Amino acid sequence: MSGVVIVGAGQAGLEAAAALRAQGYQESVTLIGDEPHPPYQRPPLSKEYLLGKQGADNLPLRGRVFYEKHGITLRMGETVASIDRAAHRIQTGKGEIPYGKLILATGARNRVLPVPGAERALYLRTWDEADTIRRRIEGSVRVAVIGGGFIGLEIAAAARTLGKAVTIIEALPRLMARAVSPPLSDFFRDVHRGEGAEVLLDSTVREIAEDAVVLTDQRRCAADLVLAGIGVVPNMELARGAGLATGNGITVDEFLKTSDPDIYAIGDCADHPNLFAGGRARLESVQNAADQAKCAARGIVGNPTPYRDVPWFWTDQFGVRFQMAGLSAGHDRTALRGSVENRKFSMFYFKQARLLAVDSVNRFGDHIAARKMLAAGTPLTPEQAADETVDFKKLGVTAP
Amino acid sequence: MPNVTYIAHTGESQTIDVATGMVVMEGAVKNGIDGIVAECGGACMCATCHVYVDEAWLDRLDPIGEEQEEMLGATAAERKSNSRLSCQIRMRPEFDGLVVRMPDRQT
Ligand SMILES: Cc1cc2nc3c(=O)[nH]c(=O)nc-3n(C[C@H](O)[C@H](O)[C@H](O)COP(=O)(O)OP(=O)(O)OC[C@H]3O[C@@H](n4cnc5c(N)ncnc54)[C@H](O)[C@@H]3O)c2cc1C
Ligand code: FES
Repeated sequence: MSGVVIVGAGQAGLEAAAALRAQGYQESVTLIGDEPHPPYQRPPLSKEYLLGKQGADNLPLRGRVFYEKHGITLRMGETVASIDRAAHRIQTGKGEIPYGKLILATGARNRVLPVPGAERALYLRTWDEADTIRRRIEGSVRVAVIGGGFIGLEIAAAARTLGKAVTIIEALPRLMARAVSPPLSDFFRDVHRGEGAEVLLDSTVREIAEDAVVLTDQRRCAADLVLAGIGVVPNMELARGAGLATGNGITVDEFLKTSDPDIYAIGDCADHPNLFAGGRARLESVQNAADQAKCAARGIVGNPTPYRDVPWFWTDQFGVRFQMAGLSAGHDRTALRGSVENRKFSMFYFKQARLLAVDSVNRFGDHIAARKMLAAGTPLTPEQAADETVDFKKLGVTAP
Repeated sequence: MPNVTYIAHTGESQTIDVATGMVVMEGAVKNGIDGIVAECGGACMCATCHVYVDEAWLDRLDPIGEEQEEMLGATAAERKSNSRLSCQIRMRPEFDGLVVRMPDRQT
C-alpha cells in the first residue's frame, strides 16, 4: 500500500502536500477537505478581508495549476468519517481511499457560547463565515464582540474601523490574558478605547437577547450584531474514533507521529511536545501549521528530524503590528525595551534567567532578533534586553 | 496587464501577467511557480517569498520599509543587495517586464 492521504485541506494540509513534493516524494498525494473552497488563508478573514481591503482572489494559498502540476489530488467538499487502521484505508461519504501514510490536519472549530440565545451570535473561522459577517456588519449599527482574544479583538478593530459602535465583552480581568502579560493587555485595552470602542472586562455573558447582550450582573449591552470569539476546540473525533491517543488535541510525539506510526497529526489539532513550551502544547498559528507540515513530510520521505521550530505569531489591530516569538507561559521575570507611550516596545519574558519569549509592538528588529536568539539559545539577561544600547545583532546572534 | 518574469535557481524562466495592484508573490503562487512559498500569505512575517530583483529594476522599486528590512535578515538563502520580499512589491503599470530570480531555497 502506498501514497499519502491528508485529512483536512487547511493551511497545515496544503503545506504538507507542498512539502512532500518539495522534498521529492514520488507517490500519490491526496488532500481531502470538507469545506467547499480549496485551501485558503485564514489570517486575512479577521483583518484586511473583513475590512474589504483585500479581495477574495487573494485568499487561496495556491492556484489550481499548482495541484495539477504536482499531481496532488484535491478532493473538496468531502468529509472523512472513519479510519480503518488495520486495513490502511479511510471512509468518506463518497467511498473508501487506501493510504500508506495518513496525515491528520483536521484543525479546530470555534467553541460555542454555552448561554441562552447563543445561536444569535456569529463566529469566525471559515471564508463563508467571514462573508456572512461582512454582510451583517454592513447593515449594523451596534456590534458586540464577546471574547477579548486575538480574533475577537481583530474583528472588533475591523468593525470599529468600519464606523460601527463596538463593545468588547471579556470574562477575564484583562484582554488576551492567555497569551500576553498584563502590560500588553493594558496597552491593547487602551488602543481599543482610544479608537472609541467600549471594553468591558470581568464581564460574563448570561444571555444573548434579540437586541442586546445581557451580562450576569444584569447589565445590557445593546447590539444589533453579536460576534463571538471565545476560543476553539481541536477536531479530534476522527482520531479518537480510530482509537488514537488524544489529550488536548491529537497526541503526537516529537516527530508528529500519533500512537499509530503510520499516522501523523499536524497544525491546530496536534497536541505535541514543544521545546519552547517546556512540555506539551497545541498551537494555533500559521508558523506551527507550516513548520509541522514540513516536519511530517521529512518523516514520510525518510529523513525524520524532530519538531523544534521557534513559535511565532502576529496580529494587526488598528494599524498596530503585534509580533510574538517564543511562548511566554510560565515566565518569572520580564524586561521592557522601548517606549509604550510611543507604541514601539518589546516585552521580554524570562524563566530562571533563560529567555522564553518576546512580544513586540511595532519593533520589527526585536522580533527577528528574538526568533534568532530563541533558535540559537543565545544567552540574554533582562538587563541587556532592557538596554537599548545593546545591539542584539552583536550578541553572536546567527541566522536560525 | 504588466508582466513579470520569474527565473528559478535552475535557470527555468516563466513570464506571467500580474495585474496592477497585485503583489509579485501572488503572481507566483496563483500560477504554480514553485520558487516562492509564501507561508504567511504576504503578511511580511515569514521571508519565504524572497527574490533577487534584476539589477536593472532596483532603482525603480519603492525603498525597503523597516519591516521588510528586518525580515530580510531572516531569509533562508543568502541576503544580497538586490534581495526583496516579493509580497512587498506591488505591481504598477511601469513595472511591466520586471525580472526576479528565485533563490535555491526558501525554508
Ligand atoms: C480568523 C482567523 C485569524 C487568524 N489570524 C492568524 C494570524 O494573524 N496569525 C497566525 O499565525 N495565525 C492566525 N490564525 C490561525 C491560523 O489560521 C491557523 O492556526 C491555521 O489555519 C491552522 O491550520 P490547520 O490546517 O491546522 O487547521 P484549519 O485551518 O482549521 O484546517 C483544517 C481543515 O480540516 C477540515 N476538516 C476537519 N475535519 C475533517 C474531516 N473529518 N474530513 C475532511 N475535512 C476535515 C476543516 O473543515 C478545515 O477546513 C487565524 C485563524 C483565524 C480563524
Ligand atoms: S509571504 Fe511571508 S513574508 Fe512575504
